[in-house]
Amino acid sequence: MFVEKLKKHAEAQWVIEPFDRMRVPVTVFADDELIREMDEQVYRQAANVAALPGIVKASCAMADAHWGYGFPIGGVAAFDPDAGGIISAGGVGFDIACGVRALRTGLTYDQIQGKEKELADVLAKRIPAGVGSEGKLRLSSLEMDEMLTGGAVWAVEQGYGTRNDLKYIEENGRMPGAEPRYVSDRAKQRQVKQVGTLGSGNHYLEIQRVAAVYDEGIARVFGLGLNDITVMIHCGSRGLGHQIATDYAPKMIKAAKEHGLELADRELACAPIKSDVGRQYYGAMCTGVNCALANRQVLTHLTREAFAKLFSQADLTLLYDVSHNTCKVEEHEIDGKRKKLYVHRKGATRAFGPGHATLAADLLPVGQPVLIGGTMGTASYILAGTEEGMNLAFGSCCHGAGRAMSRSQATKRWHGKDVVKHLAQKGIVIRGASMRGIAEEAPGAYKDVTVVVDATEKAGLAKKVARLEPLICVKG
Amino acid sequence: MAAHWEHFSHPADIGIRGFGPTREEAFAQAALALTAVIVDLEKVRPSEAVDIVCREDDDEMLFMNWLSSLLYEMGTRNMLFRRFEIEPVAGGVRARAWGEPVDAEKHKPAVEVKAATYAGLKVEKDSDGNWLAQCIVDV
Repeated sequence: MFVEKLKKHAEAQWVIEPFDRMRVPVTVFADDELIREMDEQVYRQAANVAALPGIVKASCAMADAHWGYGFPIGGVAAFDPDAGGIISAGGVGFDIACGVRALRTGLTYDQIQGKEKELADVLAKRIPAGVGSEGKLRLSSLEMDEMLTGGAVWAVEQGYGTRNDLKYIEENGRMPGAEPRYVSDRAKQRQVKQVGTLGSGNHYLEIQRVAAVYDEGIARVFGLGLNDITVMIHCGSRGLGHQIATDYAPKMIKAAKEHGLELADRELACAPIKSDVGRQYYGAMCTGVNCALANRQVLTHLTREAFAKLFSQADLTLLYDVSHNTCKVEEHEIDGKRKKLYVHRKGATRAFGPGHATLAADLLPVGQPVLIGGTMGTASYILAGTEEGMNLAFGSCCHGAGRAMSRSQATKRWHGKDVVKHLAQKGIVIRGASMRGIAEEAPGAYKDVTVVVDATEKAGLAKKVARLEPLICVKG
Repeated sequence: MAAHWEHFSHPADIGIRGFGPTREEAFAQAALALTAVIVDLEKVRPSEAVDIVCREDDDEMLFMNWLSSLLYEMGTRNMLFRRFEIEPVAGGVRARAWGEPVDAEKHKPAVEVKAATYAGLKVEKDSDGNWLAQCIVDV
């Protein structure tokens, strides 16, 4: 039904004009190939989002979109608080502020060549990863609340990293509006042993080599050159974030009913931004963001320690830290007017263009670095936000390759041992606890990240800067 | 129908499903399906017990509460559960979950379950009186 209504609007931009209960169009930023393979559920879910009160401009789906909970993964939707706009926990996701952090190392490939296995072992030993792993910090309840309001700023104050790191994190490392009092004791309990842990599933820490540079000028500003060694860390807010999402889902279902909101899907549960539940969720969600930022800051510290053990010349500096499961209050221009909007990005990355006030001085002329994690076997990309993207999709773009098949299909098709062997033949060292986990994350289980990134660039949402290829992948 | 559990497909995550002659048995089977997402069941020894009580207005919310409570206990105690004794109480269920602490070497956990979702949520009794309880979990 939805596929027939999809019309090509521009290069890598497809639109479903509003029909039925939709208040705004659905816009899909993908090229012909991705559209051909797109899961139809994406259109249905994006159309459901387009029917929510207070939605502004369009319900967007990114190039890597796939079926999610309520909102499609790879979905972006902005709501006007003054027009009865809603906030939805489903529009943020179960892993609040899951995101990616990229570090430069000051090393080049020839300096680590031959030492990959050694480095992999040191990292696997020092970075707590996987189910049951525990972080080294133990926070009192007061310290927990300080972490939840302070984020990466708190972590730096505790000795994890430097103040200079903070300039290269969204919100300068500390999400304002965090309210620990709206976070349950259960959520805080789940986090007690998990501060500074990597998690499991599609979370990872990767050591990479810059294999290609597409824009020399921007790459220079980002401090990237061919054969540089970089680190990417992909993880989120751990147990606390998952519990916040779990806690607020039934509250939002109740609130939606009380406010007469008809939901096509329980996972679309939401509350008006200007309601008690809406305000409480926002305050709790902000603590989730801070939790993820603190987590990645601690992991950065552990990574620096690991490198220092083997490479005395290493100097790990933060390129940028992006989150791709958030709801942020941002000002955007709508019909010539500046409006304050609640922008939900679920499995979508913020990609602010050049000149955006929130960017550090050195990044201002070129735009926000956008970090797109690929699979263990392919590549990751670094892009830069564009001004065009600000108008097209509230300064947002894809977040990764997006899954192309289910976990059960992946484990039927591949054995973890074979995946590890195949990747080893390509020179990639994998460290992971479970062979089944590795099979579920097999590169073939994902869309082609290069196709996703190229489509994103074609759509004008972000510009390719560099391609990074994995050398070591540590998984939980 | 004998009580049993199964997984069902989802593009990014995984569905868990429990069948049983009673609602409580279906819940117990679904909990086994939940553990099986993470680890091979035979590897988990049911040596320590944790008590859980849940109360909700309807069967589906009760099922969600049951799964969320299990995930909470698993997350905070770093345990995996292998055996469940569940009985109905006024307004809900009372359960004892048996398992052991996570041992990465022995269990080799495949993924972490982040949460139970409302996607695919169903708790119902068929015409033969057999119960089914299912939902998709986010990993």
